[in-house]
Amino acid sequence: MGWTSPALIEPWLQAADSSQVIRALGGLLLDQGYVRDTFIQAVLDREKVFATGLPTPVIQVAIPHADVEHVLQSAIAVASLRHPVEFGEMGNPEGTVQARIVFMLAVKESDSLVSLLQNLVGIFQDADFLKRILESQDRTTIAELFNARLPSFQEA
Amino acid sequence: MVKKRVLVACGTSIATATVAASAVADMAKSAGIDVEVAQCKAAEIHGKIQTFSPHVIIAMTPVPSDLGVPVFNGVPFLSGIGLDQLKSDLVEALKKD
Repeated sequence: MGWTSPALIEPWLQAADSSQVIRALGGLLLDQGYVRDTFIQAVLDREKVFATGLPTPVIQVAIPHADVEHVLQSAIAVASLRHPVEFGEMGNPEGTVQARIVFMLAVKESDSLVSLLQNLVGIFQDADFLKRILESQDRTTIAELFNARLPSFQEA
Repeated sequence: MVKKRVLVACGTSIATATVAASAVADMAKSAGIDVEVAQCKAAEIHGKIQTFSPHVIIAMTPVPSDLGVPVFNGVPFLSGIGLDQLKSDLVEALKKD
């Protein structure tokens, strides 16, 4: 089973700030039944304290997420942003990143999150792959590109 | 050489710390350093320093600077930016007695 699906992709999202991105992606996860209705607020709260922007090469990204208790079923929602949106930089209270792609992680089990993150780290550092995501406006194409790069998982 | 204890601290989810912890273990192995890696949430860091007594701390999120233990920013394990520098700094710190 794949981590994402066309219904969880938001290509060329227009957003003024990181909260709008989080609400848009959290809404997709909520509508598709992957998360509890507490999830979006939990992600917003967490992002304020523990920012998730990553200063990756060429194309910067963010990985907003929340604790497992807000998640019903594991999935990733992905937005490519029409214009870069500022996220706080993970681990650096002074820093910000201009995110172009945002991966919202809804993960139920921490074991699956680890192998997922290890694969995502490879994606973050692959600027050519990220460019292909940014160039596409087709939800199915983007979902297939991602699922092909991520390990499949079995929900417990 | 004694086994070196590395504590990886993250925000709340432990996930980023687990990724970094596994990267640290791989790095230490290839550098021939024997390490024991533990993880904690940033909020638990003072207690974990008492019980685990780490030689170095790798922080995925800001932690207090007055912990009495060398602290390294571990975000390069996720972003790849500055990773070579971080690895060489860590190896140097772990090779100290």
